[in-house]
Amino acid sequence: MTLNRSLLTKIAIAVLLLAAIVAPIGQGNYITYVLTSWLVFSIAAMGLNLTLGYAGQISLAQASFMAIGAYTTALLTLAGWHWVLAMPLGLILCFGVGLLLGYPALRVKGHLLAFVTLAFNTLVFLVLRNEEWLTGGTFGLVGMPRPDFFIFKTMKQLHFYYFTLGITVFASLAMWGIVRSPWGRAFKALRENPVRAESLGVDTRRITLLAFAIGSAYGGLAGALITPLVQFIEPGSFGLAHSLRILLMVVVGGSGFFFGPFLGAGVVILLPEVLRFTEGYYLIIYSALVIVMLVFVPSGLIGLGGRLREKLWPRQQVRGDLVEGAAQK
Amino acid sequence: MNMPILSVRNIEKSFGGIRAVRDVSFDVQKGEILGLIGPNGSGKSTLFNCILGQLKPEKGEVEVQGRKVSGLRASQLNKLGVGRTFQQLSVFPKMSVLDNIILAGQEHHGSMLSRLFGPSDAGLTEAAERLISFFRLDHLRDTLAGSLSYGQQKLVDAAMAFMAGPSLVLLDEPAGGVNLTMLAHLKERLVAYNAEHGTTFVVIEHNMEFVMSLCTRVIVLAEGEVIAEGTPAEIRANPKVIDAYLGGGA
Repeated sequence: MTLNRSLLTKIAIAVLLLAAIVAPIGQGNYITYVLTSWLVFSIAAMGLNLTLGYAGQISLAQASFMAIGAYTTALLTLAGWHWVLAMPLGLILCFGVGLLLGYPALRVKGHLLAFVTLAFNTLVFLVLRNEEWLTGGTFGLVGMPRPDFFIFKTMKQLHFYYFTLGITVFASLAMWGIVRSPWGRAFKALRENPVRAESLGVDTRRITLLAFAIGSAYGGLAGALITPLVQFIEPGSFGLAHSLRILLMVVVGGSGFFFGPFLGAGVVILLPEVLRFTEGYYLIIYSALVIVMLVFVPSGLIGLGGRLREKLWPRQQVRGDLVEGAAQK
Repeated sequence: MNMPILSVRNIEKSFGGIRAVRDVSFDVQKGEILGLIGPNGSGKSTLFNCILGQLKPEKGEVEVQGRKVSGLRASQLNKLGVGRTFQQLSVFPKMSVLDNIILAGQEHHGSMLSRLFGPSDAGLTEAAERLISFFRLDHLRDTLAGSLSYGQQKLVDAAMAFMAGPSLVLLDEPAGGVNLTMLAHLKERLVAYNAEHGTTFVVIEHNMEFVMSLCTRVIVLAEGEVIAEGTPAEIRANPKVIDAYLGGGA
Protein backbone atom coordinates (compact mmCIF):
# COMPACT_ATOMS: atom_id res chain seq x y z
CA MET A 1 0.00 0.00 0.00
CA THR A 2 2.84 2.38 0.98
CA LEU A 3 4.75 1.40 -2.14
CA ASN A 4 1.69 2.08 -4.30
CA ARG A 5 1.21 5.43 -2.65
CA SER A 6 4.84 6.38 -3.20
CA LEU A 7 4.66 5.22 -6.82
CA LEU A 8 1.44 7.20 -7.34
CA THR A 9 3.12 10.32 -5.90
CA LYS A 10 6.06 9.91 -8.28
CA ILE A 11 3.71 9.44 -11.25
CA ALA A 12 1.69 12.51 -10.18
CA ILE A 13 4.87 14.63 -9.93
CA ALA A 14 6.03 13.43 -13.37
CA VAL A 15 2.61 14.25 -14.90
CA LEU A 16 2.58 17.72 -13.26
CA LEU A 17 6.09 18.44 -14.46
CA LEU A 18 5.20 17.32 -17.96
CA ALA A 19 2.08 19.53 -17.83
CA ALA A 20 4.24 22.47 -16.70
CA ILE A 21 6.57 21.82 -19.67
CA VAL A 22 3.84 21.65 -22.31
CA ALA A 23 1.47 24.27 -20.82
CA PRO A 24 2.96 27.36 -22.53
CA ILE A 25 3.53 25.69 -25.92
CA GLY A 26 1.41 27.37 -28.56
CA GLN A 27 0.24 30.05 -26.10
CA GLY A 28 0.69 33.76 -26.59
CA ASN A 29 3.10 35.96 -24.66
CA TYR A 30 0.50 37.02 -22.10
CA ILE A 31 -0.48 33.46 -21.07
CA THR A 32 3.20 32.51 -20.87
CA TYR A 33 3.80 35.59 -18.70
CA VAL A 34 0.93 34.57 -16.38
CA LEU A 35 2.30 31.03 -16.13
CA THR A 36 5.76 32.41 -15.30
CA SER A 37 4.19 34.60 -12.60
CA TRP A 38 2.57 31.46 -11.20
CA LEU A 39 5.99 29.79 -10.89
CA VAL A 40 7.56 32.90 -9.31
CA PHE A 41 4.79 33.27 -6.74
CA SER A 42 4.92 29.51 -6.06
CA ILE A 43 8.53 30.00 -4.94
CA ALA A 44 7.57 32.93 -2.69
CA ALA A 45 4.66 30.91 -1.25
CA MET A 46 6.93 27.88 -0.78
CA GLY A 47 9.14 30.04 1.46
CA LEU A 48 6.19 31.33 3.48
CA ASN A 49 4.89 27.77 3.71
CA LEU A 50 8.11 26.80 5.47
CA THR A 51 7.88 29.70 7.92
CA LEU A 52 4.14 29.45 8.55
CA GLY A 53 3.00 26.01 7.39
CA TYR A 54 5.84 23.88 8.71
CA ALA A 55 7.27 25.99 11.54
CA GLY A 56 4.04 27.73 12.62
CA GLN A 57 5.45 31.29 12.61
CA ILE A 58 3.08 33.84 11.10
CA SER A 59 4.63 36.33 8.71
CA LEU A 60 3.02 39.15 6.77
CA ALA A 61 6.28 40.29 5.27
CA GLN A 62 6.97 37.88 2.40
CA ALA A 63 6.47 40.60 -0.23
CA SER A 64 9.12 42.72 1.48
CA PHE A 65 11.65 39.90 0.98
CA MET A 66 10.61 39.68 -2.64
CA ALA A 67 11.36 43.41 -2.75
CA ILE A 68 14.81 42.99 -1.19
CA GLY A 69 15.64 40.19 -3.65
CA ALA A 70 14.19 42.12 -6.59
CA TYR A 71 15.91 45.45 -5.86
CA THR A 72 19.27 43.80 -5.09
CA THR A 73 19.16 41.87 -8.35
CA ALA A 74 17.91 44.89 -10.29
CA LEU A 75 20.59 47.26 -8.98
CA LEU A 76 23.37 44.77 -9.60
CA THR A 77 22.22 43.66 -13.06
CA LEU A 78 21.77 47.32 -14.05
CA ALA A 79 25.37 47.83 -12.90
CA GLY A 80 26.46 45.10 -15.31
CA TRP A 81 26.48 42.02 -13.08
CA HIS A 82 25.17 38.75 -14.48
CA TRP A 83 21.91 37.57 -12.91
CA VAL A 84 23.62 34.38 -11.73
CA LEU A 85 25.95 36.48 -9.53
CA ALA A 86 23.40 39.10 -8.49
CA MET A 87 20.71 36.62 -7.40
CA PRO A 88 22.78 34.87 -4.68
CA LEU A 89 23.61 38.23 -3.11
CA GLY A 90 19.90 39.02 -2.93
CA LEU A 91 19.28 35.64 -1.33
CA ILE A 92 22.05 36.11 1.23
CA LEU A 93 20.71 39.56 2.10
CA CYS A 94 17.19 38.15 2.53
CA PHE A 95 18.54 35.28 4.64
CA GLY A 96 20.31 37.78 6.92
CA VAL A 97 17.38 40.17 7.20
CA GLY A 98 15.02 37.20 7.71
CA LEU A 99 17.23 36.03 10.55
CA LEU A 100 16.90 39.46 12.17
CA LEU A 101 13.13 39.51 11.64
CA GLY A 102 13.01 36.14 13.39
CA TYR A 103 14.26 37.64 16.68
CA PRO A 104 10.90 39.21 17.61
CA ALA A 105 9.36 35.76 17.06
CA LEU A 106 11.41 34.53 20.02
CA ARG A 107 9.42 36.89 22.24
CA VAL A 108 6.00 37.34 20.64
CA LYS A 109 3.65 34.88 18.98
CA GLY A 110 0.38 34.84 17.03
CA HIS A 111 -1.30 38.13 16.20
CA LEU A 112 1.46 40.18 17.88
CA LEU A 113 4.06 38.57 15.62
CA ALA A 114 1.77 39.23 12.65
CA PHE A 115 1.82 42.93 13.53
CA VAL A 116 5.61 42.95 13.91
CA THR A 117 6.05 41.46 10.42
CA LEU A 118 3.35 43.77 9.02
CA ALA A 119 5.28 46.75 10.39
CA PHE A 120 8.45 45.39 8.79
CA ASN A 121 6.71 45.13 5.41
CA THR A 122 5.57 48.75 5.74
CA LEU A 123 9.09 49.82 6.75
CA VAL A 124 10.63 48.19 3.66
CA PHE A 125 7.95 49.79 1.45
CA LEU A 126 8.71 53.25 2.90
CA VAL A 127 12.46 52.81 2.47
CA LEU A 128 11.97 51.80 -1.17
CA ARG A 129 9.68 54.75 -1.79
CA ASN A 130 11.72 57.40 0.03
CA GLU A 131 15.32 56.46 -0.79
CA GLU A 132 15.05 57.69 -4.36
CA TRP A 133 18.84 57.93 -4.87
CA LEU A 134 19.05 54.15 -4.62
CA THR A 135 15.67 52.72 -5.52
CA GLY A 136 14.28 55.32 -7.91
CA GLY A 137 11.45 56.01 -5.44
CA THR A 138 7.93 55.77 -6.85
CA PHE A 139 9.36 55.76 -10.40
CA GLY A 140 11.06 52.46 -9.64
CA LEU A 141 13.77 50.80 -11.68
CA VAL A 142 13.40 49.89 -15.31
CA GLY A 143 15.24 48.05 -18.07
CA MET A 144 16.84 45.22 -16.15
CA PRO A 145 18.27 42.70 -18.60
CA ARG A 146 17.20 39.09 -18.81
CA PRO A 147 20.03 36.62 -18.32
CA ASP A 148 21.75 34.85 -21.20
CA PHE A 149 23.48 31.51 -20.83
CA PHE A 150 25.72 31.11 -23.88
CA ILE A 151 23.34 29.93 -26.60
CA PHE A 152 20.30 29.88 -24.30
CA LYS A 153 18.88 33.39 -24.21
CA THR A 154 15.87 34.20 -22.05
CA MET A 155 14.69 37.34 -23.83
CA LYS A 156 11.79 35.45 -25.38
CA GLN A 157 8.88 34.91 -22.99
CA LEU A 158 8.82 31.15 -23.58
CA HIS A 159 12.54 30.81 -22.93
CA PHE A 160 12.24 32.82 -19.74
CA TYR A 161 9.38 30.54 -18.68
CA TYR A 162 11.61 27.45 -19.02
CA PHE A 163 14.43 29.23 -17.22
CA THR A 164 12.01 30.00 -14.34
CA LEU A 165 10.68 26.44 -14.42
CA GLY A 166 14.25 25.13 -14.02
CA ILE A 167 14.85 27.41 -11.03
CA THR A 168 11.48 26.38 -9.55
CA VAL A 169 12.36 22.67 -9.85
CA PHE A 170 15.72 23.31 -8.22
CA ALA A 171 14.14 25.37 -5.40
CA SER A 172 11.49 22.68 -4.90
CA LEU A 173 14.10 19.93 -4.63
CA ALA A 174 16.03 21.98 -2.07
CA MET A 175 12.82 22.56 -0.07
CA TRP A 176 11.95 18.86 -0.35
CA GLY A 177 15.38 18.06 1.11
CA ILE A 178 14.87 20.54 3.97
CA VAL A 179 11.41 19.37 5.02
CA ARG A 180 12.40 15.69 4.81
CA SER A 181 15.58 16.24 6.86
CA PRO A 182 15.79 16.38 10.67
CA TRP A 183 15.41 20.16 10.28
CA GLY A 184 11.98 19.61 8.76
CA ARG A 185 11.01 17.43 11.71
CA ALA A 186 12.25 20.13 14.09
CA PHE A 187 10.23 22.80 12.22
CA LYS A 188 7.07 20.70 12.61
CA ALA A 189 7.83 20.09 16.28
CA LEU A 190 8.21 23.85 16.77
CA ARG A 191 4.77 24.36 15.20
CA GLU A 192 3.04 21.62 17.17
CA ASN A 193 4.55 21.90 20.64
CA PRO A 194 7.55 24.20 21.16
CA VAL A 195 7.85 23.47 24.89
CA ARG A 196 8.03 19.72 24.30
CA ALA A 197 10.42 20.22 21.37
CA GLU A 198 12.78 22.24 23.59
CA SER A 199 12.65 19.54 26.27
CA LEU A 200 13.79 17.00 23.66
CA GLY A 201 16.91 18.97 22.83
CA VAL A 202 15.56 21.00 19.89
CA ASP A 203 17.06 24.48 20.07
CA THR A 204 13.76 26.21 19.37
CA ARG A 205 15.38 29.66 19.23
CA ARG A 206 17.75 28.63 16.48
CA ILE A 207 15.11 26.72 14.55
CA THR A 208 12.68 29.69 14.74
CA LEU A 209 15.33 32.00 13.30
CA LEU A 210 16.13 29.48 10.55
CA ALA A 211 12.45 29.16 9.64
CA PHE A 212 12.32 32.91 9.05
CA ALA A 213 15.69 33.08 7.30
CA ILE A 214 15.09 30.22 4.84
CA GLY A 215 11.50 31.32 4.14
CA SER A 216 12.77 34.85 3.48
CA ALA A 217 15.51 33.59 1.14
CA TYR A 218 12.81 31.91 -0.95
CA GLY A 219 10.99 35.26 -1.04
CA GLY A 220 14.27 36.80 -2.22
CA LEU A 221 14.61 34.21 -4.98
CA ALA A 222 11.09 35.00 -6.20
CA GLY A 223 12.03 38.69 -6.19
CA ALA A 224 15.21 37.96 -8.13
CA LEU A 225 13.05 36.32 -10.81
CA ILE A 226 10.43 39.10 -10.87
CA THR A 227 13.13 41.61 -11.83
CA PRO A 228 13.99 40.08 -15.24
CA LEU A 229 10.41 38.86 -15.77
CA VAL A 230 8.72 42.27 -15.52
CA GLN A 231 11.85 44.36 -16.19
CA PHE A 232 10.27 47.12 -14.14
CA ILE A 233 9.92 47.23 -10.36
CA GLU A 234 8.45 49.85 -8.04
CA PRO A 235 7.60 49.84 -4.32
CA GLY A 236 3.85 49.35 -4.93
CA SER A 237 4.56 45.85 -6.26
CA PHE A 238 5.77 44.76 -2.84
CA GLY A 239 3.25 46.33 -0.45
CA LEU A 240 1.28 44.70 2.32
CA ALA A 241 -1.47 43.65 -0.10
CA HIS A 242 1.05 41.44 -1.88
CA SER A 243 2.17 39.84 1.37
CA LEU A 244 -1.48 39.08 2.11
CA ARG A 245 -1.82 37.63 -1.38
CA ILE A 246 1.12 35.26 -0.77
CA LEU A 247 -0.42 34.33 2.58
CA LEU A 248 -3.67 33.57 0.74
CA MET A 249 -1.75 31.29 -1.65
CA VAL A 250 -0.34 29.30 1.27
CA VAL A 251 -3.70 29.02 3.03
CA VAL A 252 -5.75 28.23 -0.08
CA GLY A 253 -3.26 25.61 -1.29
CA GLY A 254 -2.87 23.95 2.08
CA SER A 255 -0.59 25.30 4.77
CA GLY A 256 2.06 22.79 5.84
CA PHE A 257 1.67 20.62 2.71
CA PHE A 258 4.55 20.50 0.27
CA PHE A 259 2.47 21.01 -2.90
CA GLY A 260 0.08 23.50 -1.28
CA PRO A 261 1.93 26.64 -2.46
CA PHE A 262 1.82 25.51 -6.12
CA LEU A 263 -1.92 24.93 -5.96
CA GLY A 264 -2.52 28.11 -3.96
CA ALA A 265 -0.45 30.25 -6.32
CA GLY A 266 -2.31 28.59 -9.19
CA VAL A 267 -5.67 29.60 -7.73
CA VAL A 268 -4.63 33.14 -6.80
CA ILE A 269 -2.77 33.89 -10.06
CA LEU A 270 -4.59 31.79 -12.65
CA LEU A 271 -8.21 31.73 -11.42
CA PRO A 272 -8.81 35.48 -11.98
CA GLU A 273 -7.56 34.97 -15.55
CA VAL A 274 -9.86 31.99 -16.08
CA LEU A 275 -12.80 34.02 -14.71
CA ARG A 276 -12.15 37.01 -16.99
CA PHE A 277 -14.94 35.89 -19.35
CA THR A 278 -17.40 36.96 -16.61
CA GLU A 279 -16.13 40.53 -17.20
CA GLY A 280 -17.05 42.88 -14.34
CA TYR A 281 -18.12 40.00 -12.05
CA TYR A 282 -14.87 38.06 -11.99
CA LEU A 283 -13.47 39.63 -8.81
CA ILE A 284 -16.79 39.08 -6.99
CA ILE A 285 -16.91 35.41 -8.07
CA TYR A 286 -13.26 34.95 -7.21
CA SER A 287 -13.66 36.47 -3.72
CA ALA A 288 -16.81 34.40 -3.07
CA LEU A 289 -15.02 31.20 -4.10
CA VAL A 290 -12.12 31.96 -1.77
CA ILE A 291 -14.49 32.67 1.17
CA VAL A 292 -16.47 29.46 0.57
CA MET A 293 -13.27 27.47 0.32
CA LEU A 294 -11.73 28.84 3.49
CA VAL A 295 -14.96 28.30 5.46
CA PHE A 296 -15.55 24.72 4.33
CA VAL A 297 -11.99 23.52 3.70
CA PRO A 298 -9.69 25.36 6.13
CA SER A 299 -6.91 22.86 5.39
CA GLY A 300 -6.79 24.13 1.80
CA LEU A 301 -7.06 22.37 -1.53
CA ILE A 302 -4.59 19.66 -0.54
CA GLY A 303 -6.70 19.04 2.57
CA LEU A 304 -9.79 18.80 0.34
CA GLY A 305 -7.95 16.23 -1.80
CA GLY A 306 -7.07 14.27 1.35
CA ARG A 307 -10.69 14.31 2.50
CA LEU A 308 -11.93 13.08 -0.87
CA ARG A 309 -9.31 10.34 -0.92
CA GLU A 310 -10.34 9.19 2.57
CA LYS A 311 -13.96 9.14 1.44
CA LEU A 312 -13.36 7.27 -1.80
CA TRP A 313 -10.50 4.99 -0.68
CA PRO A 314 -10.64 4.85 3.15
CA ARG A 315 -7.51 3.48 4.83
CA GLN A 316 -7.94 0.04 6.32
CA GLN A 317 -6.92 1.13 9.79
CA VAL A 318 -8.59 0.76 13.17
CA ARG A 319 -7.78 2.68 16.30
CA GLY A 320 -4.71 1.16 17.88
CA ASP A 321 -6.28 0.72 21.33
CA LEU A 322 -9.14 -1.25 19.81
CA VAL A 323 -6.80 -3.85 18.37
CA GLU A 324 -7.32 -7.07 20.25
CA GLY A 325 -4.73 -7.39 23.00
CA ALA A 326 -3.17 -4.01 22.17
CA ALA A 327 -2.40 -3.23 25.80
CA GLN A 328 -0.92 -6.65 26.56
CA LYS A 329 1.16 -7.02 23.40
CA MET B 1 28.54 7.06 48.69
CA ASN B 2 28.77 7.84 44.97
CA MET B 3 28.15 11.30 43.62
CA PRO B 4 24.37 11.77 43.34
CA ILE B 5 22.99 12.00 39.81
CA LEU B 6 20.65 14.79 40.93
CA SER B 7 21.28 17.09 43.80
CA VAL B 8 18.69 19.66 44.89
CA ARG B 9 19.98 22.18 47.43
CA ASN B 10 17.85 24.62 49.46
CA ILE B 11 15.43 25.47 46.67
CA GLU B 12 13.03 28.31 47.47
CA LYS B 13 10.35 29.67 45.16
CA SER B 14 7.53 32.13 45.86
CA PHE B 15 4.66 33.47 43.80
CA GLY B 16 3.71 36.86 45.18
CA GLY B 17 3.28 36.28 48.90
CA ILE B 18 2.89 32.51 48.59
CA ARG B 19 5.98 30.42 49.31
CA ALA B 20 5.42 27.48 46.98
CA VAL B 21 8.71 25.70 47.74
CA ARG B 22 10.53 26.22 51.06
CA ASP B 23 14.14 25.23 51.47
CA VAL B 24 13.82 21.83 49.78
CA SER B 25 16.94 19.66 49.55
CA PHE B 26 17.43 16.06 48.49
CA ASP B 27 19.77 13.83 46.52
CA VAL B 28 18.93 11.13 44.00
CA GLN B 29 21.37 8.27 43.42
CA LYS B 30 22.00 6.58 40.09
CA GLY B 31 19.43 3.89 39.30
CA GLU B 32 16.96 5.05 41.95
CA ILE B 33 13.25 5.47 41.30
CA LEU B 34 12.25 8.36 43.53
CA GLY B 35 8.61 9.30 44.06
CA LEU B 36 7.64 12.87 44.85
CA ILE B 37 4.16 13.01 46.36
CA GLY B 38 2.01 15.52 48.16
CA PRO B 39 -1.45 17.05 48.11
CA ASN B 40 -2.44 19.59 45.45
CA GLY B 41 -0.61 22.87 45.99
CA SER B 42 2.21 21.21 47.93
CA GLY B 43 4.83 22.53 45.49
CA LYS B 44 5.66 19.35 43.55
CA SER B 45 5.22 20.82 40.07
CA THR B 46 6.92 24.08 41.06
CA LEU B 47 9.89 22.09 42.35
CA PHE B 48 9.93 20.04 39.13
CA ASN B 49 9.93 23.20 37.05
CA CYS B 50 12.75 24.66 39.16
CA ILE B 51 14.82 21.50 38.63
CA LEU B 52 14.14 21.56 34.88
CA GLY B 53 14.98 25.25 34.49
CA GLN B 54 11.47 26.31 33.53
CA LEU B 55 11.18 28.39 36.69
CA LYS B 56 14.00 30.34 38.29
CA PRO B 57 14.20 29.70 42.04
CA GLU B 58 14.94 32.65 44.34
CA LYS B 59 17.42 30.55 46.25
CA GLY B 60 19.19 27.25 45.94
CA GLU B 61 21.05 25.16 43.41
CA VAL B 62 20.38 22.15 41.22
CA GLU B 63 23.24 19.89 40.17
CA VAL B 64 23.15 17.05 37.66
CA GLN B 65 26.09 14.68 38.04
CA GLY B 66 27.95 17.34 39.98
CA ARG B 67 27.38 20.09 37.39
CA LYS B 68 25.38 23.16 38.31
CA VAL B 69 22.45 23.40 35.89
CA SER B 70 20.58 26.42 37.23
CA GLY B 71 19.88 28.82 34.36
CA LEU B 72 20.32 26.24 31.61
CA ARG B 73 17.63 25.99 28.93
CA ALA B 74 15.55 22.83 28.66
CA SER B 75 17.33 21.82 25.43
CA GLN B 76 20.74 22.19 27.10
CA LEU B 77 19.57 20.15 30.07
CA ASN B 78 18.31 17.46 27.71
CA LYS B 79 21.74 17.26 26.10
CA LEU B 80 23.25 16.66 29.56
CA GLY B 81 21.16 13.49 29.74
CA VAL B 82 18.00 14.74 31.44
CA GLY B 83 14.72 13.56 29.90
CA ARG B 84 11.23 14.41 31.00
CA THR B 85 7.56 13.75 30.40
CA PHE B 86 4.76 16.23 30.90
CA GLN B 87 1.58 16.16 32.98
CA GLN B 88 -0.43 17.15 29.90
CA LEU B 89 -0.19 15.10 26.74
CA SER B 90 2.95 16.12 24.94
CA VAL B 91 3.24 14.23 21.70
CA PHE B 92 3.37 15.90 18.29
CA PRO B 93 -0.11 14.99 17.04
CA LYS B 94 0.45 15.43 13.30
CA MET B 95 3.59 13.32 13.24
CA SER B 96 3.69 9.52 13.21
CA VAL B 97 4.68 7.59 16.32
CA LEU B 98 7.98 6.74 14.62
CA ASP B 99 8.69 10.39 13.75
CA ASN B 100 7.81 11.51 17.30
CA ILE B 101 10.38 9.14 18.72
CA ILE B 102 13.04 9.86 16.07
CA LEU B 103 12.67 13.58 16.78
CA ALA B 104 13.42 12.87 20.44
CA GLY B 105 16.83 11.51 19.48
CA GLN B 106 17.89 13.45 16.40
CA GLU B 107 19.32 16.48 18.21
CA HIS B 108 21.84 14.21 19.91
CA HIS B 109 23.35 13.11 16.58
CA GLY B 110 25.87 15.23 14.70
CA SER B 111 25.98 18.98 14.25
CA MET B 112 23.19 21.30 13.10
CA LEU B 113 24.62 21.33 9.56
CA SER B 114 25.17 17.58 9.38
CA ARG B 115 21.50 17.15 10.28
CA LEU B 116 20.64 19.04 7.09
CA PHE B 117 23.31 17.81 4.70
CA GLY B 118 24.34 14.51 6.26
CA PRO B 119 22.52 11.17 6.10
CA SER B 120 18.99 11.87 7.25
CA ASP B 121 18.71 8.78 9.43
CA ALA B 122 22.04 7.93 11.11
CA GLY B 123 20.57 4.84 12.80
CA LEU B 124 17.75 6.80 14.40
CA THR B 125 14.97 4.75 12.79
CA GLU B 126 16.48 1.54 14.11
CA ALA B 127 16.85 3.00 17.61
CA ALA B 128 13.29 4.36 17.52
CA GLU B 129 11.94 1.00 16.36
CA ARG B 130 13.68 -0.72 19.27
CA LEU B 131 11.92 1.66 21.68
CA ILE B 132 8.61 1.19 19.87
CA SER B 133 9.00 -2.56 20.35
CA PHE B 134 10.06 -2.07 23.97
CA PHE B 135 6.83 -0.20 24.69
CA ARG B 136 4.92 -2.70 22.52
CA LEU B 137 3.67 -0.08 20.12
CA ASP B 138 4.78 -1.86 16.92
CA HIS B 139 1.27 -1.95 15.48
CA LEU B 140 1.07 1.85 15.82
CA ARG B 141 4.49 2.68 14.28
CA ASP B 142 3.13 4.72 11.36
CA THR B 143 -0.06 6.00 13.01
CA LEU B 144 -0.37 9.73 13.65
CA ALA B 145 0.31 10.27 17.35
CA GLY B 146 -2.74 12.53 17.65
CA SER B 147 -5.08 9.67 16.75
CA LEU B 148 -3.87 7.36 19.54
CA SER B 149 -5.77 6.77 22.76
CA TYR B 150 -4.75 8.77 25.84
CA GLY B 151 -2.87 5.85 27.40
CA GLN B 152 -1.02 5.08 24.19
CA GLN B 153 0.04 8.72 23.89
CA LYS B 154 1.43 8.49 27.43
CA LEU B 155 3.50 5.49 26.32
CA VAL B 156 4.78 7.41 23.27
CA ASP B 157 5.59 10.34 25.56
CA ALA B 158 7.62 8.02 27.81
CA ALA B 159 9.37 6.44 24.80
CA MET B 160 10.34 9.93 23.60
CA ALA B 161 11.86 10.73 26.98
CA PHE B 162 14.05 7.60 26.68
CA MET B 163 15.10 7.96 23.03
CA ALA B 164 18.25 10.00 23.72
CA GLY B 165 19.45 7.46 26.29
CA PRO B 166 19.12 9.79 29.29
CA SER B 167 20.68 9.03 32.65
CA LEU B 168 17.88 10.82 34.52
CA VAL B 169 14.18 11.04 33.58
CA LEU B 170 11.64 13.18 35.39
CA LEU B 171 8.11 11.86 34.93
CA ASP B 172 5.31 14.32 35.68
CA GLU B 173 2.14 12.41 36.62
CA PRO B 174 2.66 9.55 34.16
CA ALA B 175 -0.41 7.71 35.49
CA GLY B 176 -2.84 10.66 35.20
CA GLY B 177 -5.92 9.69 33.18
CA VAL B 178 -4.52 6.29 32.17
CA ASN B 179 -6.78 3.23 32.48
CA LEU B 180 -5.76 0.38 34.80
CA THR B 181 -4.60 -2.02 32.08
CA MET B 182 -2.46 0.60 30.39
CA LEU B 183 -1.17 1.76 33.78
CA ALA B 184 0.04 -1.73 34.68
CA HIS B 185 1.71 -1.91 31.25
CA LEU B 186 3.39 1.49 31.74
CA LYS B 187 4.67 0.58 35.21
CA GLU B 188 6.00 -2.78 34.05
CA ARG B 189 7.85 -1.09 31.16
CA LEU B 190 9.34 1.62 33.42
CA VAL B 191 10.62 -0.99 35.86
CA ALA B 192 12.05 -3.04 32.98
CA TYR B 193 13.78 0.03 31.50
CA ASN B 194 15.24 0.95 34.88
CA ALA B 195 16.55 -2.61 35.36
CA GLU B 196 17.93 -2.84 31.82
CA HIS B 197 19.59 0.59 31.53
CA GLY B 198 20.05 1.72 35.13
CA THR B 199 18.25 4.97 34.30
CA THR B 200 17.24 7.07 37.28
CA PHE B 201 13.60 8.22 37.58
CA VAL B 202 12.02 10.98 39.59
CA VAL B 203 8.25 10.58 39.51
CA ILE B 204 5.54 13.04 40.54
CA GLU B 205 2.30 11.16 40.96
CA HIS B 206 -1.04 11.23 42.76
CA ASN B 207 -1.82 7.56 42.20
CA MET B 208 -0.54 6.10 45.47
CA GLU B 209 -0.72 2.49 44.36
CA PHE B 210 1.39 3.34 41.30
CA VAL B 211 4.00 5.29 43.31
CA MET B 212 4.26 2.79 46.13
CA SER B 213 4.72 -0.17 43.79
CA LEU B 214 7.10 1.62 41.39
CA CYS B 215 9.39 3.69 43.58
CA THR B 216 12.29 2.63 45.74
CA ARG B 217 12.16 5.82 47.81
CA VAL B 218 9.47 8.45 48.35
CA ILE B 219 9.65 12.10 49.38
CA VAL B 220 6.48 13.77 50.67
CA LEU B 221 5.91 17.49 50.26
CA ALA B 222 3.28 19.53 52.09
CA GLU B 223 2.94 23.31 51.86
CA GLY B 224 6.25 23.51 50.02
CA GLU B 225 8.27 21.60 52.61
CA VAL B 226 9.61 18.05 52.82
CA ILE B 227 7.65 16.42 55.64
CA ALA B 228 8.83 12.84 55.18
CA GLU B 229 11.27 10.70 53.27
CA GLY B 230 11.72 6.94 53.20
CA THR B 231 10.82 3.66 51.59
CA PRO B 232 7.20 3.19 50.45
CA ALA B 233 6.51 1.08 53.56
CA GLU B 234 7.93 3.77 55.87
CA ILE B 235 5.89 6.46 54.13
CA ARG B 236 2.67 4.47 54.45
CA ALA B 237 3.26 4.18 58.18
CA ASN B 238 4.38 7.79 58.79
CA PRO B 239 1.73 9.57 60.94
CA LYS B 240 2.68 13.01 59.50
CA VAL B 241 2.05 11.73 55.97
CA ILE B 242 -1.20 10.04 56.95
CA ASP B 243 -2.36 13.25 58.52
CA ALA B 244 -1.28 15.56 55.68
CA TYR B 245 -1.98 13.44 52.65
CA LEU B 246 -2.77 9.76 52.71
CA GLY B 247 -5.64 9.80 55.18
CA GLY B 248 -6.78 6.84 57.19
CA GLY B 249 -7.76 4.73 54.26
CA ALA B 250 -4.33 4.67 52.59
